[in-house]
Amino acid sequence: MKRFSGPPVTESSQTNSFSRRAFFVGAVQTGLAALLAGRMGYIAIAENELYSGLAESNRVHLRLIPPRRGWIVDRHGQPMAVNRSDFRVDLIPDRLEDPDRVLAALASILDLTAEDLAKIRADLAAAAGFQPVPVAEQLSFEKFAAVNVRLPELPGVSPLRAFSRYYPEGAAIGHLIGYVGAPNRQDYEAEDRNPLLITPGFKVGKEGLEKVMERRLRGRPGAARVEVTARGRLVRELKTLSDVSGAPLRTTIDAGLQSYAARRLGEESGSCVIVDCNSGDILALASMPAYDPNNFSDGISHSEWDMMAQDERHPLINKALNALYPPGSTFKPAVAMALMEAGVDPEEQVSCGGGYTLGNRRYGCLGVHGPMNLHRAIAKSCNTYFYTMARRIGIERFSAMAKRLGLGQRFDLPVVSQSYGTIPDPAWKQRRYNQEWTQSDTLNAAIGQGYVILNPLQLAIMAARVASGRDVQPRLVGRGRAAAPLPFNPASFAAVRSGMDEVVNGNGTAGRSRLPLDGIRMAGKTGTAQVRNIGADRGRAGAAWRYRDHGLFVFFAPVDVPRYAGAVVIEHGLGGARAAAPVACDVMTYLFDKDKAMDRLLPLEQSWGGNIAERMARRALDWGNRPPAAAAAEPA
Amino acid sequence: MAVAFLPRPIAELPWRLLILVVAIAGFSTLVLYSAAGGRMTWAMPQGVRFLVFFTMALVLSRLPVEWFKQAAFPAYVAVLLLLIVVEAMGFVGGGAQRWVDLGFINLQPSELMKPVIVLACAHFYSILPAREIRGWSAIWPAALLIGFPAALVLIQPDLGTATMVALGGITIMFLAGVPLRLFVGGAAAMAVALPVAFSFLHDYQRQRVLIFMNPEADPLGAGYHITQSKIAIGSGGLFGNGFLQGTQSHFAFLPEPHTDFIFATMAEEWGLAGGLALILAFALVLRWGMRVATDSKDRFARLAAAGLTTTIFFYVAINLMMVMGLAPVVGIPLPLFSYGGSAMMTVMICLGILMAIDRQNRREARRM
Repeated sequence: MKRFSGPPVTESSQTNSFSRRAFFVGAVQTGLAALLAGRMGYIAIAENELYSGLAESNRVHLRLIPPRRGWIVDRHGQPMAVNRSDFRVDLIPDRLEDPDRVLAALASILDLTAEDLAKIRADLAAAAGFQPVPVAEQLSFEKFAAVNVRLPELPGVSPLRAFSRYYPEGAAIGHLIGYVGAPNRQDYEAEDRNPLLITPGFKVGKEGLEKVMERRLRGRPGAARVEVTARGRLVRELKTLSDVSGAPLRTTIDAGLQSYAARRLGEESGSCVIVDCNSGDILALASMPAYDPNNFSDGISHSEWDMMAQDERHPLINKALNALYPPGSTFKPAVAMALMEAGVDPEEQVSCGGGYTLGNRRYGCLGVHGPMNLHRAIAKSCNTYFYTMARRIGIERFSAMAKRLGLGQRFDLPVVSQSYGTIPDPAWKQRRYNQEWTQSDTLNAAIGQGYVILNPLQLAIMAARVASGRDVQPRLVGRGRAAAPLPFNPASFAAVRSGMDEVVNGNGTAGRSRLPLDGIRMAGKTGTAQVRNIGADRGRAGAAWRYRDHGLFVFFAPVDVPRYAGAVVIEHGLGGARAAAPVACDVMTYLFDKDKAMDRLLPLEQSWGGNIAERMARRALDWGNRPPAAAAAEPA
Repeated sequence: MAVAFLPRPIAELPWRLLILVVAIAGFSTLVLYSAAGGRMTWAMPQGVRFLVFFTMALVLSRLPVEWFKQAAFPAYVAVLLLLIVVEAMGFVGGGAQRWVDLGFINLQPSELMKPVIVLACAHFYSILPAREIRGWSAIWPAALLIGFPAALVLIQPDLGTATMVALGGITIMFLAGVPLRLFVGGAAAMAVALPVAFSFLHDYQRQRVLIFMNPEADPLGAGYHITQSKIAIGSGGLFGNGFLQGTQSHFAFLPEPHTDFIFATMAEEWGLAGGLALILAFALVLRWGMRVATDSKDRFARLAAAGLTTTIFFYVAINLMMVMGLAPVVGIPLPLFSYGGSAMMTVMICLGILMAIDRQNRREARRM
């Protein structure tokens, strides 16, 4: 037999060996007991603070209470954006265990359509795990309660009583106020992963004032320290710090006027800007057609978006700020101011024979006006007079005057963006095109064509500065000082104003748009901006809509003591006198006599087929029911 | 020790041990009552089960030690067959095939194997002539005795129990006097083989081992158990948060708060004080068991007593190391304390046999 080693083992030596080894086993056991006791002591005493903290952070959650957003009100305190109590349901992707089952259950409780479900699925796929995905908003209490009852079987669903934004004026204030929406990933990261942004139901401004004034409107979130279980069930609230609502934002807008202007623009694609010509307060900044911010704040559907994006009247663009037009003859008051300041005698006559010849090229006038002085040249919008005189003083002088009157300028306004266009001069042309300035350029600029492009707000400010003689700056919020006088001769202003008075109230281009009011006169200047130069017949009524000329009108009233000024631009409206001046006339009437203005609007709206909301609803319906061929032909 | 006015069978009982056992089980009932959120859901069945198995242990303690010795091999064969049956029938539970339903208890044959392997090895070495102990014939039969059931349990797969079965048998080999260098060499071989063995583990087992090495790497995933358990123990501090005040267990952050991680549940509410008291109670039980072994004159009784005590020790040690983050999560309950019948039955069998040996020791002492 093979042995490993050592002397033979006997019973007694075996007993000894057992005792030794049993002692060893006992020692190991004692040692391990000591180790465990020591380990436990270490965890429970030395690391107690660490683990107590972890236990607390397990059980205590800080739940943010989103602040109520500040109201946006008009200059009289009338609300333009308010909060409505709202029952809503969100999904928290992180806690969602079985999306298909949960969505199916929600679809049957909330009557979600296939399109809703597709949108929710897309949002779910795009959302980071902690980011709530909205399922439904503005639920009835019955549906909200039905979701709550079934909550235990729907992990990841978060029903919530929150606040949603409501805009009483609807589309009329769409571009101006903007809208709110759930923060996206960029918003979240831009704010340093502010946890408020991923609180269900919280929204941030996405456009317009809502976006620009976000900080002021937001307020401070409240917080509740709550005890929760591992599954997220609330055990109790420990302590609550209530939220601080956002401060109300008072704008310079007159909500009634804004709404009236938007309605009066009717079916046209255009904009209407009204400013207080002493303070610069913007009273109305309407652009139509527009989107209804109430729809946008709920999250807009794909089909709605398509409809707007493909509309040739561009409902998604704020035309008062972001559309640029050649001003046409509405530029002439600025040129006339420059002539006066350059020492041109307003009584000096230029004979209009229907045009002006430079070299071998003829620059046409709209008529054969005969002898023209400054006053009558403005009233009749005589190109020949302005070609002649503008060429005499030169481009630098009148482009400088135009800039001084606000044209081509960018204003300090709380808006997302403003396009500020061009007032050309030789240096600009050199910079931009690396070309010499020509006399032909001067002539084109003199009648507001060529390189001159402007936005409607600038035209309104020009009218305001001419009307008041003050350096007014447009304002949307707050209260400003009265503007300083412009450093020009009062006689210059008087001459231009009287020419503009003649346009409407005398023998001028806009005689049909006199205010229907006793003792209050509106002065103005029409403009027609060519969109395309096709022979002599260019953009007349027979042309396709998108090639027709734009109609423009700048104005102020009352003539004697100007208070209000403005500009109306009707895209492809064929002419200023025809399309823009009547709108301006009614909107200005509203400022002095609301009833009379409404009496004029209502029959018009009837002929267009209802108010803005009704017409938009019908258009959306038509879009939904358009023939399949048309739908298929659209680019995807 | 004997109290004069009590009848002898009662006065002869090892009262110190019984009081310790009742104290541990009583404490367990309190903790289970709290873990169930102040309800008897777990405490009541556990209490009833304790009484049943406690009675069983007392009955076992009245049996002659010789019976256990004679029963060792037949019992071993029977349990081994049961293991094969379980494997074959494939009662599926928790991804592993482990038990037969006996109606009042889901019997895990692997549990029964823990005391039975000890008895079988003890019997083997008690009949092995003393001079053979340093030869091959002292090793291979024992290795087979241990290897079969350990392998069967391992493929169930139940790493924790397989380890305990193997350790139980190896402890007997060690105590029986198998040359020391075999163990040293074996340990060295194990160290070498460990990486190879690791590759044979199931995915979830491997995961658990890796997580044990670094639980914070994945605090919400696989490391969750260990992390939450340490939080429960650590937040308890010196005297705990108070009865029924544990948030880790009540708010469901701690997984398995009434079974494998009951120690953490207890520690959160009773603190270090409760933990040390419990560890001390177990240490006293084990010391009593080792004393029974050393007091014994009979070789089988000696080996069996030491082996059974060590089996209880492994339960306690592995569970506590697991909940304190010193060992991977292997699913070994804390005997007499965790909710569940199998482990309690095993431990009560161990204690019953230990009491029987103790009784025999005292009888022999009186005879001399």
